[in-house]
Amino acid sequence: MAKRKSDVGTLYKGSPGQWSWLAHRITGVAIILFLFAHVVDTAVVGWGPEAYDKVVSVYHNWVVKLLELGLVAAVLYHAINGVKIMVFDFWPSTTRHMRPISAASTALFLASMVPVTWIMGLSILRTAGVLE
Amino acid sequence: MSVETASRPPAARTPRGGFLGDRGRERPAGGFELWSWLFMRISGIVLLFLAVGHVLIMHVVDEGVDRVDFGFVATRWGSPLWRTWDWAMLVLALAHGINGLRVIVQDYVRWPGVRFAANMFFVILGFGLFVLGTVIVFTFDPSRWPGAV
Repeated sequence: MAKRKSDVGTLYKGSPGQWSWLAHRITGVAIILFLFAHVVDTAVVGWGPEAYDKVVSVYHNWVVKLLELGLVAAVLYHAINGVKIMVFDFWPSTTRHMRPISAASTALFLASMVPVTWIMGLSILRTAGVLE
Repeated sequence: MSVETASRPPAARTPRGGFLGDRGRERPAGGFELWSWLFMRISGIVLLFLAVGHVLIMHVVDEGVDRVDFGFVATRWGSPLWRTWDWAMLVLALAHGINGLRVIVQDYVRWPGVRFAANMFFVILGFGLFVLGTVIVFTFDPSRWPGAV
């Protein structure tokens, strides 16, 4: 593949959004890959309680719950960053304030993760037997 | 196939500070790619409510996934609201996600045959899951298992 040079250095730099662009892709791929499995595991409900409860018990394992926390983080990041993308795309003049808006969207994501990590973290610790 | 964009001269494209000019970021100039661009944003707005709501309700609050079992799903899908919610989310999330994969395949897979095969694989997989999910959401009837709820 051809080496690409940007206008600002030897490392590829799209704009201040280069890292959020990458994170948006990674979280998006993670979510759709999980969705492929999730449609199938939910569909098992059509085969009755015995089959479904067996499948869903996988989600009650603490290691899987750790992955679940990652999934929730991915969805929240993708959603909040998606809103940021739409703000820039539908109101182009807002790119004048690209840095503060990007910082605000990252801050909003991190802030939303505080209660989520607290709630799910307690559940993970309980399931792992660390907490009562 | 490369995506034609309503581009500007390279020098004006990536200023370090951020402002991209009055025309903002690049977007497809027209045709299918412009519809795709628009679809990702519109479905994204709807999924902002459907998917984020789903994740918070099912995975975070009120004991999260611990409370989910056959009886829980049976009660929940007793309401047409949740069946409609879940089906709309299924359709939009699959379409949004598979179109996202198509964009990524377009960026990284250069050989046309492999690109076509990868896209076909995801489209067929997505369609199969759409059919499976649709059938289950609309035909699920817990009264077939009396005493389970």
